[in-house]
Amino acid sequence: MFSTWLNLKHAGVIGMNRRNADFILRYNERSLYPLVDDKLRTKQLAIAAGISVPQLYGVIEIEHDIANLPNIVQNYKDFVIKPAHGSGGNGIAVIIGRINERFQYNNGSLLTEEELEYHISNILSGMYSLGGQPDQALIEYRVEFDPLFESVSYRGVPDIRTIVFRGIPVAAMVRLPTRLSDGKANLHQGAVGAGIDLNSGVTTRAVWQNRPIDIHPDTGSAISGLAIPHWNKLLTLAAQCYELVGLGYLGVDVVLDHELGPLVLELNARPGLSIQIANGKGMEKRLEYIDRLNEIPEKAQDRAALAQSLFKAEN
Amino acid sequence: MRQFHLLFLTLLLCSIGLGLAAYKVNTLGLPLTASKQAEVWNVEARVSFKAKPDSGVKVSLPLPFNPSGYTILNEDFVGANYGLATEQDEGGRVALWAKRRAQGKQLLFYRAIIFENDEKVADSSKIPSYPAVPNYPENFLPVIQGLLDKSRQQSADTLSFAQQVIQQLNATAPAPELKLLIEHINTSKNLAKEISWILAGARIPARVIQGLRLQDGKRYSELEAWVQVHDGKQWRTLNTKDGQEGLPANFVIWQISDQKAFSVEGGTEVSLQFSVAKALRELVDVAESRAVLKGSRIMEFSLYSLPVQTQNVYKILLMIPLGAFVVVLMRNLVGVKTFGTFMPVLIGLAFRETELVWGLTLFCLIVGLGLLLRAYVEQLKLLLIPRLASVLTMVVLLMAGTSVVMHKLGFEMGLSVALFPMVIMTMTIERMSLTWEEAGPVEAFKQGAGSLLVATIGYLVMNIDALQHLLFVFPELLLVVLAVTILFGRYSGYRLTELWRFRALAKR
Repeated sequence: MFSTWLNLKHAGVIGMNRRNADFILRYNERSLYPLVDDKLRTKQLAIAAGISVPQLYGVIEIEHDIANLPNIVQNYKDFVIKPAHGSGGNGIAVIIGRINERFQYNNGSLLTEEELEYHISNILSGMYSLGGQPDQALIEYRVEFDPLFESVSYRGVPDIRTIVFRGIPVAAMVRLPTRLSDGKANLHQGAVGAGIDLNSGVTTRAVWQNRPIDIHPDTGSAISGLAIPHWNKLLTLAAQCYELVGLGYLGVDVVLDHELGPLVLELNARPGLSIQIANGKGMEKRLEYIDRLNEIPEKAQDRAALAQSLFKAEN
Repeated sequence: MRQFHLLFLTLLLCSIGLGLAAYKVNTLGLPLTASKQAEVWNVEARVSFKAKPDSGVKVSLPLPFNPSGYTILNEDFVGANYGLATEQDEGGRVALWAKRRAQGKQLLFYRAIIFENDEKVADSSKIPSYPAVPNYPENFLPVIQGLLDKSRQQSADTLSFAQQVIQQLNATAPAPELKLLIEHINTSKNLAKEISWILAGARIPARVIQGLRLQDGKRYSELEAWVQVHDGKQWRTLNTKDGQEGLPANFVIWQISDQKAFSVEGGTEVSLQFSVAKALRELVDVAESRAVLKGSRIMEFSLYSLPVQTQNVYKILLMIPLGAFVVVLMRNLVGVKTFGTFMPVLIGLAFRETELVWGLTLFCLIVGLGLLLRAYVEQLKLLLIPRLASVLTMVVLLMAGTSVVMHKLGFEMGLSVALFPMVIMTMTIERMSLTWEEAGPVEAFKQGAGSLLVATIGYLVMNIDALQHLLFVFPELLLVVLAVTILFGRYSGYRLTELWRFRALAKR
């Protein structure tokens, strides 16, 4: 046990206590959390700052407005309904089309309008929000992800998680939904995590259920060696989010739309540590290096470039 | 800087906590372990007499005062309808009972609880002046002179001189010239007083002390008298029978001088009796009484000054920080996941009412049934709050049902589900079902098991009697717990479960 401890220390792996004590407590001001916990506010901020996000079709805030749903979505074939305060991908309904007055769910099942309204009502009553507070439902553009990921995802939308420390990207991974994760992109729920080389944007290795794997468990395609398109743009986008909310230790979730390119999906003030497993690499060295930096480049683009050059040599 | 601040704070908290506790242990004698009992002596002086008709009664009884090596923890006076006053001066302390009119047999009591301490009170009395040579009656004068001369020749100092005198007076075959003197002493029945009277002839300061031997169940009709001579530095105590120096270990001094004497005015058939009995008392009580005597105000503000019912509440409340500390250890050091932060502590507290095994069984039973019912309600597609309210209602019904069934089966334990555990179970079901929805059943059971594990450990820790006693008697020890908790607040090492979680990264 003690040797494991030393090995982890040697590999520069950050533990939960370390993350909380040395990074989140020091760099993330509590008062800024609502900016990221409320997806509506994050989205509004992002739009104002010119950061690309999935288009917002409408917001349902009170039970009475649910009747308004058909008006909001009448012009769109497909859309996504999500709670503004949800976490871990819970409460997200992805509607991929309409058949005979019914909405088609992304797992193929059909929902009547009533059932969909019940789902929204659940969202409003706070079923998916932290602490069960009353919530809002966002109705937004359904991302059609880049064909690159077609062969390595099982339903759901793969996303790219980047840890941004003081505005500088530190580590990134792509999270691929599996049958086990039920289309969700959280590693502990069974999604595959694939580490990305920050410099090149190519996936390096993958982890599933805490074990290194080479091929996707459901589709059987190779996971490593995939080059993420628009990589530089994506990194810059992630770095930009630092100014957006002012959190020093930030998790940025980006999806790649086949037409619109990288879109910021959501931000996280307490991003998990599994990204280290996906990358097969501890973050300690990088975080400490950036922690010691006296000056941070002002422009997001420069910060992304700095990350690429800083961590190139490491690999 | 912050590290220094932290270290300073923890050291400060620890030293305050431990220092106060050490003071209480060393100076006030508070016991470190529970139910430690101290031996105390119940000493009683009983005065009985028959009141003379048509005359007032006045009784004067010498009392012990600050006896060396003992503490009087408590004393009380019993005398129906008697006026009582205690007087104290250099000559000692005395109780004065008075009554204008009394009839028939009268009984008065003085009772004291005496506790043996290790402190020998330093003799603070002034060096006495040399007494004047008494005017001995003519027939004794030459005999006493001879006795003193002989003793002087056979001794080296004051002490051995006095011992010589005592030995000669007590010799089995006394010198013929002493016979008359010894006869005189025997008639006065007060050997000690006579010895000091004779020693005054050599201008040796001597006094008579009286006291009791503390032996369980003993009765004495009078106090035992010893002679003390002053050797220029201190009073030395001598046995009046053989001149041996030193008091027996269990001797408590009642009276130092004979200025105050026992007397009864207006009474006949007077008798005075002393009795001694051994008793046990909680050491805490003893310490408390001693603290009051010592003028220490700490015990005045201790939890013992609260009403007993409140004390019992605090006995439990003071354990909660320990439970919280267990949560800190289990979550930040081990990495066990639980529902809520301190929910496990509350569950652990709830176990107190049911005992552990029954608590766990009942808890799992009711939470399990509650979850099943909740899953059924889920199908009805109810709004959140009404759904939670219906779960709560069902939990109450379930608990009532469980209690009735258990009672019918003869398990009285089923009845111990009180208000407090019920609220906690409802909260647990709510939290568990929310987790179930948000993160799936696996996570819900993981956290449920984690909560129960932490609750069990918390219960076991909070139920250690020794700790309970320790924290109740020394609540300042919580400062030490606080200090350690604060230290853990800056612990940034791995959690034990993370060694498993990141094991893939530990391979080299």
